[in-house]
Amino acid sequence: MRLLQRFLIYAVLVLGAITCLIPLLWMVSTGLKPIEQTMSLPPTWIPYRLYVEQDGRLTEIQQADLNKYPADKIVRKFAPRWENFKNAIHAMKMFWTYLKNTLILCLLTVIGTVASSSLAAYGFSRVDWRGRDKMFMVCLATMMVPFPVVMVPIYCMFRWLGWIGTLKPLWVGSFFAGAFNVFLLRQFFMTIPKDLSEAARIDGCSEFRIFWQIILPLCRPALMVVALFQFMYTWNDFLGPLIYLTKQDDYTLALGLQLFQSQHGGTEWHYLMAASTLVALPIIILFFFTQKTFIEGISMTGIKG
Amino acid sequence: MTRAEKRNLWIGLAFISPWIVGFLAFTLFPVCASVYFSFCDYDVLSRPVWVGTLNYSDMVTDSVFWKSLYNTLYYAFFSLPLCLVIALLVAVLLNQQVKGRSAFRATYFLPSLVPVVASSMVWLWILNGNFGILNSALEWFHVKGPQWLADEKWTKPSLILMAIWGSGNTVVIYLAALQDVPRSLYESAEIDGGNAWVKFRHITVPMISPVIYFNLIMGIIGSLQVFAQAYIMLGGGGPNRSALFYTVYLYQNAFDYHQMGYACAMAWMLFLIILFLTWIATRSTRRLIYYGGE
Repeated sequence: MRLLQRFLIYAVLVLGAITCLIPLLWMVSTGLKPIEQTMSLPPTWIPYRLYVEQDGRLTEIQQADLNKYPADKIVRKFAPRWENFKNAIHAMKMFWTYLKNTLILCLLTVIGTVASSSLAAYGFSRVDWRGRDKMFMVCLATMMVPFPVVMVPIYCMFRWLGWIGTLKPLWVGSFFAGAFNVFLLRQFFMTIPKDLSEAARIDGCSEFRIFWQIILPLCRPALMVVALFQFMYTWNDFLGPLIYLTKQDDYTLALGLQLFQSQHGGTEWHYLMAASTLVALPIIILFFFTQKTFIEGISMTGIKG
Repeated sequence: MTRAEKRNLWIGLAFISPWIVGFLAFTLFPVCASVYFSFCDYDVLSRPVWVGTLNYSDMVTDSVFWKSLYNTLYYAFFSLPLCLVIALLVAVLLNQQVKGRSAFRATYFLPSLVPVVASSMVWLWILNGNFGILNSALEWFHVKGPQWLADEKWTKPSLILMAIWGSGNTVVIYLAALQDVPRSLYESAEIDGGNAWVKFRHITVPMISPVIYFNLIMGIIGSLQVFAQAYIMLGGGGPNRSALFYTVYLYQNAFDYHQMGYACAMAWMLFLIILFLTWIATRSTRRLIYYGGE
């Protein structure tokens, strides 16, 4: 009975895990296939080349010529088409520009978010001033406002500044401390004993130095979480670039991929999947190197909520 | 106020000054402007013209608005409970003494990491009616799969399916909460002869109820604002606007039709709907949530 139960648990978990992975494997697999193998029925999972054996030598043949040769002479060999990636980058035309824009935005927003929200979180947690907690409630309340409500006025504001069609609207905001990150960091700052700051104050340490040299180094894990989430957010963001960017020179990878799909979608699935893999892969690799931070971050958001 | 208090006030304000500027520029001003625009006819190019409640009364007679609202509620009503229940089931199973738990957790989490544009492309391909693997898999069971995204009956279920696939971060949140439930509670239940269901129903669920509530509220807010995947995969709303979601229609009004006033009015209506639904969710679950120590 217990054995059966354990078997069932594993069976369900493995089945679920496979379901999670299949779309991603299918993406990579399609990205490595020649076009005729993308549209075969039943589907081909492993990209291959066909050869015919003649006089002990293998000669490659085309799919269309398959029935010209005896079936027992046909040899199938695993052959991923790595050149699809090169061709997809080529077909996207400005892939490297997209990548550059995306990385610039990631860098700026990560710096902006970490700097501004750690400052604000410090002010909300480690300095005692009148009205602080009321002000913090206001800060929390801003999280209630859905983006569509402020979308149009913010767009108009950037338009008035002449920033539509530049990257500025996508990073300037991150230098002004979003409520969620302030909240996350404040939770962390509050766990550090007050005596630490008091001792430094008695020694004549300025408040900024306490922040910079004592508190921040102690909060590296939390800062990592904020930085990582911001990086992810910027890399993945679709709506922001869609609204603010007008020139293809300024496009991010997300927007560039969508543009590519709208131009080449429906037929060149192998290139589209290769391009999608290129957009998704950096995030997946990043995840594997920073798994602990990720999981901690996600758990933190849930539990403290 | 003493001198020290005054000094602290200035120091505190200096530290939070980035937030204050952000609050004024990206929340307070836009919120006020948005209220004003919602009573105006405004196309960005010319000055807003006050039209009173016209935008709001237009909404009542706009059949596309109702369709988008229906689509969104349909999507939220099915995707949210399914995601919450399936994620909880997976998390509970992972919380048993299983080998390779962190590998499983990473695997379940993976789909939610994939950039939404990339996952939309993958699902476009999976849901392809002729060559998609979903229909090939159904063929195994001798089921003729529909033309998912080209069939108005199946567009919303397609997106719901995709939402379930991407709900791995909920699993991680649940699992973190489950790991905080004291083992001793389960042990005492075992002594009293409680079976798995009893333990789940009377220990697990109450103990993690604040997290379930958190996921529920976040889910309501998120699923009512579903945008990117629908916009990317179905452009203007798919066949017969069957997947024209609220925010997609709002976006179209703002940036395709240049009816900024109408878009703002729609945004406020969305805000009210979200408030109303969260209020209902809070009211109906209030007595079921257990906060330790209270």
